[in-house]
Amino acid sequence: MSNLKKVPCGQSAIVRKIDVQGSLKRRIMDMGITKGVEVTVKKVAPLGDPIEISVRGYSLSLRKVDAESILVDQI
Amino acid sequence: MGYSVALVGNPNCGKTTAFNALTGSKAYVGNWPGVTVEKKEGKLRGVKEDITLVDLPGIYSLSPYTPEEVVARNYIIKEQPDLIINIIDASNIERNLYLTHQLVELGRPTIIALNMMDIVEKRGEKINIKRLEELFGVKVVPISATKNQGLDELINLALEVGTKKVKIASKAIPFDMIIEQSINEVMILLDGKQIDEVYNKRWLAIKVLEQDKKVVEEFHLSKEESPIVEEAARLLENAYDDDVESIIINGRYEYITKHISSIVTNRPDHKITLSDKIDKVITNRILAIPIFFGIMWFVYFLSIQTVGDMTIGFMEGLFGTIGDQVGLWLEGMSVSPWIHGLVVDGIIGGVGAVLGFVPQLMILFLLIGILEDCGYMSRVAFIMDKIFRKFGLSGKSFIPMVIGTGCSVPGIMASRTIESERDRKMTIMLTPFIPCGAKLPVFALMVGAFFPEHVWVGPSMYVLGILMVILSGLILKNTLFKGEAAPYILELPEYHIPNFKGVMMQMWDRSKAFIIKAGTVIFVASGLIWFLQSFNFSLQMVDTNESMLASIGHVIAPIFAPLGFGTWQASVATVTGFLAKEAVVATFGILLGVGEVAETDPTLLTSIGQFFTPVSAYAFMAFTLLAAPCFAAIGAMKREFGNWKWTLIAIGYQTGLAWIVAFLIYQVGSLLFK
Repeated sequence: MSNLKKVPCGQSAIVRKIDVQGSLKRRIMDMGITKGVEVTVKKVAPLGDPIEISVRGYSLSLRKVDAESILVDQI
Repeated sequence: MGYSVALVGNPNCGKTTAFNALTGSKAYVGNWPGVTVEKKEGKLRGVKEDITLVDLPGIYSLSPYTPEEVVARNYIIKEQPDLIINIIDASNIERNLYLTHQLVELGRPTIIALNMMDIVEKRGEKINIKRLEELFGVKVVPISATKNQGLDELINLALEVGTKKVKIASKAIPFDMIIEQSINEVMILLDGKQIDEVYNKRWLAIKVLEQDKKVVEEFHLSKEESPIVEEAARLLENAYDDDVESIIINGRYEYITKHISSIVTNRPDHKITLSDKIDKVITNRILAIPIFFGIMWFVYFLSIQTVGDMTIGFMEGLFGTIGDQVGLWLEGMSVSPWIHGLVVDGIIGGVGAVLGFVPQLMILFLLIGILEDCGYMSRVAFIMDKIFRKFGLSGKSFIPMVIGTGCSVPGIMASRTIESERDRKMTIMLTPFIPCGAKLPVFALMVGAFFPEHVWVGPSMYVLGILMVILSGLILKNTLFKGEAAPYILELPEYHIPNFKGVMMQMWDRSKAFIIKAGTVIFVASGLIWFLQSFNFSLQMVDTNESMLASIGHVIAPIFAPLGFGTWQASVATVTGFLAKEAVVATFGILLGVGEVAETDPTLLTSIGQFFTPVSAYAFMAFTLLAAPCFAAIGAMKREFGNWKWTLIAIGYQTGLAWIVAFLIYQVGSLLFK
């Protein structure tokens, strides 16, 4: 299994597990990043962090450190 | 009898536009008790009944973690509005329905206003309204708030449901079987308990199962009950290999995912939108930062420099004229000179100095409102996040600080675009460290008198200010604001053309708040300082150097002695700096007997030499830069913090740091430059 940080720009992946606890996990999932959903990495910010992804038809940005705890299978 | 309707929806769903369209223009803006979350209320337009529309904060979920979410949840449960209108962005329906799922779970009368239907139609998508109503057990009205479509239908339906002419039975949206089983077990348990009737039992059962911290705080399960809940939770956790809270979230989204294709048809997949194309430039690797600085410069240039400068001159002239006229009128009434002084110099002068900023502020709020409304502010956070989080701040902290170079007041007020309370508090605390326009005359005076040959001294104040922001960020991050930073998980909404009416109304709301402040706190403070500098303790009107303020200066002077300016005159100048920083120059003028003169006046430049050495002058500049800002800025801090506790902490921190920095400069400087 890979994680979302490793997915290159323009590539998609299926979310398998959110590997954090507490309010951060809740926040990630509330935004629609749940098990089985497809996400696409759209862009990296000019300074190299955060990243922009597309999920459930909208754009979301999150930091690489948090993306690392989103475990995915690349497609 | 009055009815209440709550407006709930995600951020960026067009809720504010809908609120404005539904209420007309009269809205009451305040804060929710205990938190700095804005509360907006208005009356539903065009109906005979007295219906209050309450705009709840924009939220993605009803979790117990952020103040916004807790406020919304408590309002719905405890205040029991007669109706909830859930505004949904139809062009982003999948995620928006997640909140809907939670709202329906609360079991209160709810209807859906499906907003932005015009965008959906343009995209060629079709939304099956009937199907949506079936799936969530609510009525759905398609609207377009910006185009004023569907609002009458929405108002009619709200009236019928809100006044209970039409009843809506709440639907229990099903989870899968294993989850349902656990929910049932907890519900059976709750049957035997005394439960406040405001709660929906199924909702409560889910929350108990989730171990929701707000619910757990309120419901203490007995020794016999806890194991039953724990067992039900454990079974779930084993079955799904996850925690209950996450299992429930997954369950909600699964319901939506399963049915989304029957709700929306003709869904284009992975289409490149206009926003994507705009972002190719705006958040481009190379262009993003130059564009950002360009926009910031433009905002600064327009609001602080060009138009701002013109209007400040105008306002000064205006208040000068008002002061003169009132003065003449008072003379005509032959009132005693102290009343004349209090009214003209104290009150009109003081309030006028503050109100002079209003036009500047309005332009600034207008520009910021436009940037917020069109979707650019989220991109700012995206672009700048990496730099600012190193100092414990957020990408959005940059904007208040740029504005702070003009005036701290609008800078502090601009901090409200920062969602995270921790980042916002730190930004409010640190923005006054950036040298504002009013501090420049003080620097100019000192540079002119002591460092005429050294061009670096003036700009060094900017460097010192920025260094202190960075240093304080690092200190505060690890002390006062220790703990988990708010996660950065930010939606980048689609760009859209700003709604003119909404932006104007927001600008007016924010400006009004400032004007009210000037009319109250600053009004009193100006009067007080004037009183102190015009009277002695026997309440006789005297010159400033014999006044109470001078006596106070003598008392506090020892505090400043280690900083190199322990004279009572310099101490008094520091105190009047609270009124307005430019007042420091005027105070020196008066105390030195050269009158109210400009900072470049040659007599002032030479005679000020008796109070300072170059080293202590530099320490004085540093102290003026960093110490508690003027009353207007303190007022703005109070408003943004929402309480005195944090305002006093901020003032204490700023002044304490100012003292330490000035102390170091003077002591070390005295050793180096004997």
